Amino acid sequence: MNLDEIISFLYNLGAVMVMLMIFMSLFRAIAGPTAPDRVAAISIIGTKTLVIITLIARVYEQVYFLDIAMVYALMSFITTIGVAKYMEKGALD
Amino acid sequence: MIPGIVETTLDILSIVSLVLGLFFLFVGTLGLLRLPDVYNRLHATTKCDTLGAGLVLLSMALQSNLATGIRLGLLIMFIVITNPTAAHVIARAAYNTGIRPQLSERKADD
Repeated sequence: MNLDEIISFLYNLGAVMVMLMIFMSLFRAIAGPTAPDRVAAISIIGTKTLVIITLIARVYEQVYFLDIAMVYALMSFITTIGVAKYMEKGALD
Repeated sequence: MIPGIVETTLDILSIVSLVLGLFFLFVGTLGLLRLPDVYNRLHATTKCDTLGAGLVLLSMALQSNLATGIRLGLLIMFIVITNPTAAHVIARAAYNTGIRPQLSERKADD
């Protein structure tokens, strides 16, 4: 078992582990006592999803998945900002 | 000089960076689950997730060619800029909607 096989196995294992961490974060998004808890948990899930997309891009050797990851990061950031502003002011104007 | 020593060194650095990144992502998730307050949770998860995601992406950038490396570098810069901004906006919204930090002792059963 040479080093390249070990690295490929570690990337696969890392994707599965980050997926389990997403399910752990989903508990806080569902059961969080206040609204900012839920928003923070959704933001954290967005970051972890970005990590999963880049790991899958490495596993399947598809470079354009990284562009999808950039668009996903942008949409996650805009969503978090929008929800936080709506929570603070009660409107989005 | 041993042939292929640069590739072997980059592979070992990549493995170390990946394992450290996964560890920090796990610590951030644990902080999100275990800490008692929304400010504590933001404090724990934002820094740990930024560092963990940056290390995992750096682990892939150490092995890739130039175009993929530039894309991963842009992603790392984007994460480092936007993640603390989002946490700051969430904390400001929480403070302005009347949630105050817990200043008393923690409960005995928690």
